[in-house]
Amino acid sequence: MAILAFLDTVDGRVKKSAFEILTYAKKTAEVTGEEVYGLIIGKAENKEDVTHYGANKIIHLNPEMKGFDTRWVAKQTKSIAEELGAHTVLMSHSSSGKSLAGYLAVLMDASCLTGVNSIPEKQGDKIVLHRNVFSGKAGATIVMEGPHFVLTVMGNSLQAEQLESASEIETREADTSEVKVKIQEISTVSGKTPLPEAELVVSAGRGMKGPENWSIVEDLADVVGATTACSRPVADSDWRPHHEHVGQTGVAIRPNLYIAIGISGAIQHLAGVNQSKTIVVINKDPEAPFFKAADYGICADLFDVVPRLIESFKKFQSSN
Amino acid sequence: MNLLVCISKTPETTAKISFKDGNTQFDSEGVQHILNPYDEWYALVRAIELKEAFGGSVTVVNVGTSENDAVIRKAIAIGADKAIRVNADPSSAAFVAKQIAELAQKESYDIIFTGKETIDYNGSVVGSMIAAHLDWPYISFANDLDLEGSTATLKREIEGGIETSQVDTPFVVSAAKGMAEQRIPNMRGIMMAKRKPLEAVEPVAFDDKTKFVKYELPDEKGSVKMIDPENTDELVRLLHEEAKVI
Repeated sequence: MAILAFLDTVDGRVKKSAFEILTYAKKTAEVTGEEVYGLIIGKAENKEDVTHYGANKIIHLNPEMKGFDTRWVAKQTKSIAEELGAHTVLMSHSSSGKSLAGYLAVLMDASCLTGVNSIPEKQGDKIVLHRNVFSGKAGATIVMEGPHFVLTVMGNSLQAEQLESASEIETREADTSEVKVKIQEISTVSGKTPLPEAELVVSAGRGMKGPENWSIVEDLADVVGATTACSRPVADSDWRPHHEHVGQTGVAIRPNLYIAIGISGAIQHLAGVNQSKTIVVINKDPEAPFFKAADYGICADLFDVVPRLIESFKKFQSSN
Repeated sequence: MNLLVCISKTPETTAKISFKDGNTQFDSEGVQHILNPYDEWYALVRAIELKEAFGGSVTVVNVGTSENDAVIRKAIAIGADKAIRVNADPSSAAFVAKQIAELAQKESYDIIFTGKETIDYNGSVVGSMIAAHLDWPYISFANDLDLEGSTATLKREIEGGIETSQVDTPFVVSAAKGMAEQRIPNMRGIMMAKRKPLEAVEPVAFDDKTKFVKYELPDEKGSVKMIDPENTDELVRLLHEEAKVI
């Protein structure tokens, strides 16, 4: 028996979250004694990098292909899983992973769970897993019946672990006449780490007073090496692009560090960010509910504090 | 254009979440329910706009008990032509998808819409499962959908970028923010909603393999450590030495 890890790509490169998936597969395999295989579909310039994460073999399908037709990808993944004897297929909880999981689960007649944040625990032929529900306001334990499983794993659930040994890469070409979703264009929004994968996030809200004041947020993000985000009212007022909106109806994130500037911390916002490992809140209102969810707080005018904080980070970096 | 929009009922976004029966059930006591925002604001409204532009009809489908009729009526008031409710307590995404796929097989829909996720279970898989049952193409998280004849052009947000693609009907699409603008039902819509058909049908048998057995609320954060606004160096030190995140 085997575990197949679907390794997600974006912009012609295997994503950071895919490395975590291989480590997750490896840790799951240690419990079940199975072998791990990796599958990459389409262009992947950095494919050599994924060979050091414990897979027996990486299958690279159609290395020139661009775009993602869920139906076609699910059919290819199913037939490769069958060939390898893989009863479990794992992927990241990314836009591709979430699209693929449901389709594949129906084709494989598998139990399906998305957004998993624990390693499967075996209970006979069942497995027990954990995920968050109610947009992060609660957690849940789920029992799934085998023998087939399809899971998407939350980003930053575990650290990818590099190994000495290298796995072999086998390149294949599959027939693409059944591809029905034709890609016209893929445009990259920014060179920064996308929000769901970001380990460091600097986010700002209405306390900024207007889009013209955002340079201090961007400067802070640059000096920390963070991705920028914003609250819903900010995105709704078009102060910032919609893809930056984090919260219940925006992107849910779980970075190591979340710095919230001028965000009061409405329950809908907290739902999208409360899985962050460390939360820093900067707000001049001592009653802001966000302070209750924070690890560190500074109660002061953000226009005074943020420039000073940028200098502190610069000082820290030059001395380390 | 024969359009089907899958709608869910969810607790409203500010609802306080709690559990009962030894943390095995969601406690809906005193909780207000709403149409899942992604279904209502984006999927449903875009379907109505397409109907207004090209003619045809918009059907909404929900899997749930008669308690859901109020939110289903709201979808009709916004502009759907009719509604079907599969009379069952939805136990999982797989169950819901199976029920909707069964109904869709009996009709010839051009496009099936879902929201990108529900705000309670956040699974994001109902749409792709329906597509798989029907062997249709599936496009997820689309924030723009235009039609010319039977060819749709869609934009979807992928991590760090935007992908533009084309696909012919029939297909299943999950709608994300940006696909349409929220519509508030007007008086005429609300009056009409009472007269438009809401049909309840019985579910087909389905063996559910995924069970949510227990819930828990997250640990309360320890109390926040307040830092002197003049001493931002101290915050950086703590992030490095105590939290170890930089």
